[in-house]
Amino acid sequence: MNFVLSEDQQMLRDTAMAFARDEMPVTRLRELRDNGANGVDAETRGKLAELGFFGVLVPEEYDGVGLGMVAMGQIMEAQGRTIAATPLLQSAVLSASALSLGGSEAQKAEWLPKIATGEITMALAVDEGTHHAPLNIATEAERNGQGYTLNGAKRYVIDGHHADAFIIVARTFGEAGQAHGVSLFIVPNDANGLTVQALNTVDSHGAAHLHLEDVAVGEDQVIGAVDAGWEILEPALDRGRIALAAEALGSAQASFDMTLEYMQTRKQFGQLIGSFQGLQHRAAKMFTELELTRSCIAAALSGVDENRNYIAELASLAKAKASDLIHLVSNETVQFHGGIGMTDAHNSGLYMKRARVQEALLGGASFHRDRYAKLNGF
Amino acid sequence: MAFDAPEELEGFRTEVREWLEKNCPESMRTPLKDDEVVWGGKREKFKNPDSKVWLERMGEKGWTAPEWPAEYGGGGLNKAQARILQQELRRIKARPPLFSFGLWMFGPALLEFGNEEQKKRFIPDIVMGKTRWCQGYSEPGAGSDLAGLQTKCEDKGDHWLINGQKVWTSYADQADWIFCLVRTDRSVKHEGISFLVFDMETEGVEARPIKLISGSSPFCETFFTDVKVPKDQLVGQLNAGWTIAKRLLQFERSSISAGGFGGTGGSGILPPQEYAKQHVGVDETGRVSDGDLRARITDHLMYAKAFSLTVQRSTAEAKAGQEVGHTASIMKYAAAKMNQDKCELLVEALGTDGLGWSGDGFADDAKKATRGWLRSKGNSIEGGTSEINLNVVAKRVLGLRDHQ
Repeated sequence: MNFVLSEDQQMLRDTAMAFARDEMPVTRLRELRDNGANGVDAETRGKLAELGFFGVLVPEEYDGVGLGMVAMGQIMEAQGRTIAATPLLQSAVLSASALSLGGSEAQKAEWLPKIATGEITMALAVDEGTHHAPLNIATEAERNGQGYTLNGAKRYVIDGHHADAFIIVARTFGEAGQAHGVSLFIVPNDANGLTVQALNTVDSHGAAHLHLEDVAVGEDQVIGAVDAGWEILEPALDRGRIALAAEALGSAQASFDMTLEYMQTRKQFGQLIGSFQGLQHRAAKMFTELELTRSCIAAALSGVDENRNYIAELASLAKAKASDLIHLVSNETVQFHGGIGMTDAHNSGLYMKRARVQEALLGGASFHRDRYAKLNGF
Repeated sequence: MAFDAPEELEGFRTEVREWLEKNCPESMRTPLKDDEVVWGGKREKFKNPDSKVWLERMGEKGWTAPEWPAEYGGGGLNKAQARILQQELRRIKARPPLFSFGLWMFGPALLEFGNEEQKKRFIPDIVMGKTRWCQGYSEPGAGSDLAGLQTKCEDKGDHWLINGQKVWTSYADQADWIFCLVRTDRSVKHEGISFLVFDMETEGVEARPIKLISGSSPFCETFFTDVKVPKDQLVGQLNAGWTIAKRLLQFERSSISAGGFGGTGGSGILPPQEYAKQHVGVDETGRVSDGDLRARITDHLMYAKAFSLTVQRSTAEAKAGQEVGHTASIMKYAAAKMNQDKCELLVEALGTDGLGWSGDGFADDAKKATRGWLRSKGNSIEGGTSEINLNVVAKRVLGLRDHQ
């Protein structure tokens, strides 16, 4: 397990942190929200692409930079600091991973360079209910001559409202709940029968419900073997969970820093509120949770790069700890700020809204505790 | 140092391995039994005779204190060599030859603050386990506010005269010597404290064991009535004892969070999920049937994993020359919480089997878990309460100010 960044990784981290601070500060998210852009920011996306951030997990032969998960984690953490809306998680992590792990040579050659250069955004569409349940796939893919016909619906697909193409998880065999029979299909956003219903979400990042009605896909659009998509989906989801945990860590750290600064400037009863023990102990506990969670995320990120065989456990650990952390810190941030924390003008509320989305996506703390317990045999 | 050349280190490893092969008795490679722990000192009975041999051999090499200077009987090893020794000991699952407050707390402080004569006099017997030390810090009126201590020490020309009382003196009734904080100036607080050492057999010293809620008596009340201490047993300067005390508390906190916790349960106790499976049962999917208990056990396991990863991270960061402190300062607080949560879960998962006290009606491991749970309540009190630790994090790490 590697807990110390290499020189290259540290440089990338510094670049990403500076970029988030200068090019996508929270004021940018406010602008996007107030202009009705629904989290879609072509300009910032272009700059991220120039930095090569979309290709961090994509091998060099497909025009990526192949730096690995530790590197990706630094970028995600930076984006979390300013709760920026970018399609990095969907495109650069989830979709790039699914294609790298299970795509045919032709699929990789077609899609990975476009993802890596930021030419297109791709989004993985898994969940059909309100809670993350990647095995509960009812969307049907029916065998139809040379291809398949998809029917079903996907819920709250992040970046779904502006993705150029989707990886749709559908069932070719069995019933909801079973791993065998799950298959992955590449579907462009202009496919006949696909309706994208844009959603205004609480975090102002936006998302979409997808409706699939007799969407026809060819055999060459199946990623990996038919019925065996779970073998690709699960590790791809785990990479996404770890990356999202890193993002949440960045948000929690920024939220905590903001709170600490307020404790050191706000006065009541002629005292800095940071001198009150009732607040000091809560701040110290948050700091403890931040440090413990940081270690879990560092371990999970490096675990992927080192090809460890217990990634599932590390991913659930990282995502559960990060979800609990951001829940705690975002709530305390509002409370510590008092009245000003309740105003739209202050950033506490934006961090809390984003926190709930970070918690729910790809499984919240209870989902991952259940999974961790199962992996540990109880 | 030339020592650090990889081939020389490997040579050292071979040497250590061969020496251990010859010198570590077979029974010292089996899991440590609770009643075979060796604390050394005059009263040590060595229930298992092999443990005496093992201590003598390790002590002669100085390997009970691998990194202490060889001139005082220590191992004189550098960090890399000490690590190799640790690895080799772990490899053969060797028992620690000696448990000792002298090794963990007093020795490191004496090496830093003691004079030459004191180091020559006390360190070798710590290394060999011949002297068992206890710590005279807390008093009835000075717990968290340790610097408020009142045990009086007067300068009587050719000796010091001590009057007062200490409490929570670990194993004072078993110890040969005590290192002790005393008040040498009443007009100031921190600057009026001195650090003395003396023989527990000195006239006027009395140690009375305190019976705890767990039924055991690891601590004493220790009374000093006109105790005469030779002048050369003052460590450091007069009235400069607080600096030594603080340093020593750091050694204590780090040895506690490194796993030296009372109440973890000891040998033979299963992890909480195993008791939950046995006593609560599992459903058709293999999940513990009580979903609420299962979630809380999982939460604890995750916390424990996060804790051990944080220990690894802070070690790695220290090795890479990055600033530590950050992670070190939260460890004592987190370790106490982790251990107490575990003990509570063990008792809860055992159900009424976890609520026995003695006799044949309850299994040994269950009774141990019960006693361990009671003992663990001290984890957030001893060596600095959790509240004091949170104060330290708030002030030293987060830079928050004191209330005016």
